[in-house]
Amino acid sequence: MWSLSYISTSIDRWLNQTFSPSVALLFEAVLVILLAIGLFSVLGLVLIMMERKVSAYMQIRLGPNRVGPKGMFQTVADTLKLMVKEGITPEGADRFLFNLAPFIVMIAAMLLLAPVAFANNFQLWDVNIGVLYISAISSISVIGILMAGWASNNKYSLLGAMRSGAQIVSYELSAGLSIITIVILTGSLKITDIVIAQENGWWLFKGHIPVVISFVIFLIAVTAETNRAPFDLAEAESELTAGFHTEYSGMKFALFFLAEYVNIFIVCAIGATLFLGGWMPFHVGNWSAFNHVMDYIPSSVWFFGKTFFLIFVIMWFRWTFPRLRIDQLLNLEWKYLLPISMFNLLLVTLMAILGWHF
Amino acid sequence: MFIVNYIKEVGGAVRSLWTGMKRTLYYFTHHKEIITQQYPDNRATLVFPERFRGEVVMPHDENNEHRCTGCTACELACPNGTIKVVTKFDISPDGKKKKAIDKLVYHLELCTMCNLCIEACPSDAIKMAQSFEHSVYDRSQLTKVLNNPGSKIMDGVE
Repeated sequence: MWSLSYISTSIDRWLNQTFSPSVALLFEAVLVILLAIGLFSVLGLVLIMMERKVSAYMQIRLGPNRVGPKGMFQTVADTLKLMVKEGITPEGADRFLFNLAPFIVMIAAMLLLAPVAFANNFQLWDVNIGVLYISAISSISVIGILMAGWASNNKYSLLGAMRSGAQIVSYELSAGLSIITIVILTGSLKITDIVIAQENGWWLFKGHIPVVISFVIFLIAVTAETNRAPFDLAEAESELTAGFHTEYSGMKFALFFLAEYVNIFIVCAIGATLFLGGWMPFHVGNWSAFNHVMDYIPSSVWFFGKTFFLIFVIMWFRWTFPRLRIDQLLNLEWKYLLPISMFNLLLVTLMAILGWHF
Repeated sequence: MFIVNYIKEVGGAVRSLWTGMKRTLYYFTHHKEIITQQYPDNRATLVFPERFRGEVVMPHDENNEHRCTGCTACELACPNGTIKVVTKFDISPDGKKKKAIDKLVYHLELCTMCNLCIEACPSDAIKMAQSFEHSVYDRSQLTKVLNNPGSKIMDGVE
């Protein structure tokens, strides 16, 4: 009754009854923009808080605990501070590109939001090449990072940006290959089809060991693609001060920071959609009674639960592993992940042809 | 053979990474392991690690007796001249002269808490205390005499 799809369709119906279709479309577009910006700012606050708390507990610390109950308003205070700070453009920087770069990174993150299915029948754009769209758009953010590094006119920024470019270009391969395994099993690039295909069990369980391997490779590759530790060579505090955003301050820095966390959310949402069934509740084959009980939990809860679980796993990586050197990073991709995922792709193809999955 | 080594390498990497992840997950779920001290708030219940070194003190027993023989081993061991032993000669009951300390002067402002004097002491006369709130308004207050006035050496300590 109060599902997200019910609310969205009733708003749509009311707008179309009250206004002419084009005005209704305009209102809906404004609504969607507001919702996307709202989601982004809430995600920024929640994820940064979550990261600080998770990191603190993993390092036997307490974490922020002064602002508000249990320190819950710490990120709000930090955001306020960043908003009132001056956004300095350094002398000698390419002013136009320097100021454009954070917006490119942010826009790439926003575009990725379009095909993500947040709940049953609640999706901005159910494009029939959803997975291809995601892998295409996610490479745009590297342009923003390179732009930021180049325009800063600072050797640390440039080094960080170059590393980030090498890293994202290499790890996109294995991320793409592990996404393709699911596309092969489903036979469709459409997000809705992929979710519906997991009605009798998530691909992670239905696809046996090959899908588990591709899930692990996907997690490693997206950790590298979002430039997070242990692959945070683009920032590498101890070597490059802060990498490509060394010269940024105030709100422009905040945009980079926000984009990092939004990207984490989006890649985890995609991982949850492909491997853990997106908004699909936990179904086991044909146990209809059990499946029916699981259906009582709203689909949006399932989606956000899975996504936040994956986000937790990625944070867990960050606060456990030491940073790789650039040669180790490229070795890992080209000598291990890529051959394994290619072989794995063959196995999955065989499995899909012979129908060995459930 | 190459492929066996390759698979072994991958397996070993996964196993060692999982070991690390198990450790952090243990810390994440066991909050009693947290070692952060919320210092000004918990001054009364502050818990120190056993080996925390705050300043050098000389313990005295209830008869105002210490264990220092005045051998100056601590003064020689100190790398930056923090300790100065001022000796005197006591006359023992049977008429012999015996070396003893008059004052053991300790300059807290020069001390780096390196623990070398405590290791050098042959008779365990000095030890590290855990007090750490040392700030004062005048530098002269940091120069301390470690032996209590009127104290003397414990019987049996040579």
